Amino acid sequence: MQTETIVQRFPKADDYLLEILLAVQNNNPEHYLPEKDLHYIAEYLGIPDSRVSGVVDFYTFFSTKPRGKYIIQVCDNVPCRIRHSQVVINTLEKMLGIHFHETTSDGLFTLEPTSCLGHCDESPVIRINDDVYTNLDSEKVTKIIQKYQAREEKK
Amino acid sequence: MITQPLITKRCGNIDPLQIDSALKAGAYSLLQKVLDLSRLQVIEEIKNSKIRGRGGAGFPAHIKLMSLYQENSPQKYLVCNADEGEPGNFKDRYLMEHDPHLIIEGMAIAAYAAGTSRGYIYIRGEYQKSIEIMKQAITQASAKGFLGSQILGKDFSFHLEVRSGAGSYVCGEEFSLLESLEGKAGRTRVKPPFPTVKGLFGYPTLINNVETFANFPIIMDLSGASYAKIGTPSSTGTKLLSLSGNIQNRGVFEVPFGIPFRKIIDELGGGIPEGRQLKMVQLGGVCGPIIPEYLIDMIVDYERFEVFESKTGAGAIIVIDDSQDLFELLANISDFFAHESCGKCTPCREGHAQIRKTLDKFIHYQACEKDLISLESQARIMHQTSLCGLGQSAPTSIISALYFFRNAFFDRINASNCQEVSA
Repeated sequence: MQTETIVQRFPKADDYLLEILLAVQNNNPEHYLPEKDLHYIAEYLGIPDSRVSGVVDFYTFFSTKPRGKYIIQVCDNVPCRIRHSQVVINTLEKMLGIHFHETTSDGLFTLEPTSCLGHCDESPVIRINDDVYTNLDSEKVTKIIQKYQAREEKK
Repeated sequence: MITQPLITKRCGNIDPLQIDSALKAGAYSLLQKVLDLSRLQVIEEIKNSKIRGRGGAGFPAHIKLMSLYQENSPQKYLVCNADEGEPGNFKDRYLMEHDPHLIIEGMAIAAYAAGTSRGYIYIRGEYQKSIEIMKQAITQASAKGFLGSQILGKDFSFHLEVRSGAGSYVCGEEFSLLESLEGKAGRTRVKPPFPTVKGLFGYPTLINNVETFANFPIIMDLSGASYAKIGTPSSTGTKLLSLSGNIQNRGVFEVPFGIPFRKIIDELGGGIPEGRQLKMVQLGGVCGPIIPEYLIDMIVDYERFEVFESKTGAGAIIVIDDSQDLFELLANISDFFAHESCGKCTPCREGHAQIRKTLDKFIHYQACEKDLISLESQARIMHQTSLCGLGQSAPTSIISALYFFRNAFFDRINASNCQEVSA
């Protein structure tokens, strides 16, 4: 969908800035906010470009660089850490050959740390795009990634 | 059973996506009752219940309601803080995903009492499922006439909207949240004025936690006086606890205030698995104090939550067993706050790097006695001089560990290869 179409669904009120940025980024297959989109949003809301980029910089969700088709977010906060989130992180890094904030060369996966996902009773936890996976260990997380890889190979 | 489901009594028994299922179980019947009362009568019931805010700080709920009621302003706002970003807490998510209508009903009751016609639920972006459910619930409630204009045929309008966060822990702090709702970076404001005087878009604003709003229909159902008999005299009602960590049964439990932590850990939690021993418990989330095993006989109430001036009343209990290293956990917590600091005030922006450097010496067995003294002063300075709750509570884990586990620090210093001669 065109960025313009998405933006125009929102009222021309600057308190919708976060909502608009989220919608535009979600619509982008590479999960990021290109410069021209930011400029269009600023123009639409009648606010300076600097206000838009200030907000984009502040919030962890926003990226100005292209990311993978699947964004794997791993929680390593205390409730996950004490139930071995480090094992999950090591497994993912080994399997995908990337570290945090990197994308696999096929453009499929980006690995990111995340703040608490609020599933501490099912830790350790990861999120892949909007789907949350819980009670993980090395074996489970391997199977999950293989499932995504198999889905892509079929295409 | 030591649980007492009041606000969670419909959870699991209704379909959160079907308003008819909630209506059959009694949803919105209290709103109907409230609209026949005067606004002051409603505030009086809330006052009699002695309920305190459930988000952490524990401020008496009726005072904020009354302040808003008394404000003469062309516009007033109601905001539900569903930015449950404190690691270890998941009770608000549980409520939103299981009984969204209880929260909406509670907000509508508060809106009526305070005299506000517009409200927002600010939900953290990580909670996609909660966002979807709350949005659907609002659409369904509006279609049935429980939200919108002329609610239930009365001269009362209340328009409610969901807004999403975008990954910022500090936005759980009320002024940062308001900034974010205005479409800005979530950097806090200097207070006073407090939000009830000058809040969203500069207008008087009432902000409460999800769980606080969810209690309002219960209070109107039982009567304030009966509600006040639940729990302890200073902490009335029930509390949702988020139990996590090295424990058999993890999850959300609703208990009356006054239950000892040990009972929660042993009876509801089912003890520590894998033959391990309980080493410590972190209360409230990672911003809260770390307490030793011998303190868990204390009871759940607001006074106990305030160990070390921390506002940890959100009700997280993170159980930590004896396989865990204290210094690794303190470093993990410090990294979390360093990442989440907004950078506006110096003690918080610079303090985390200093603290982390000192902690590293303990982790790598290079600590001297003077490092313990530095750590103590760095933590105190950040706690006392930071602008908002984030910086003030970030060092709580360290301050509490230095107090309760001081020997662990000395043991590490003794085992360290300290290169410097102590003065």
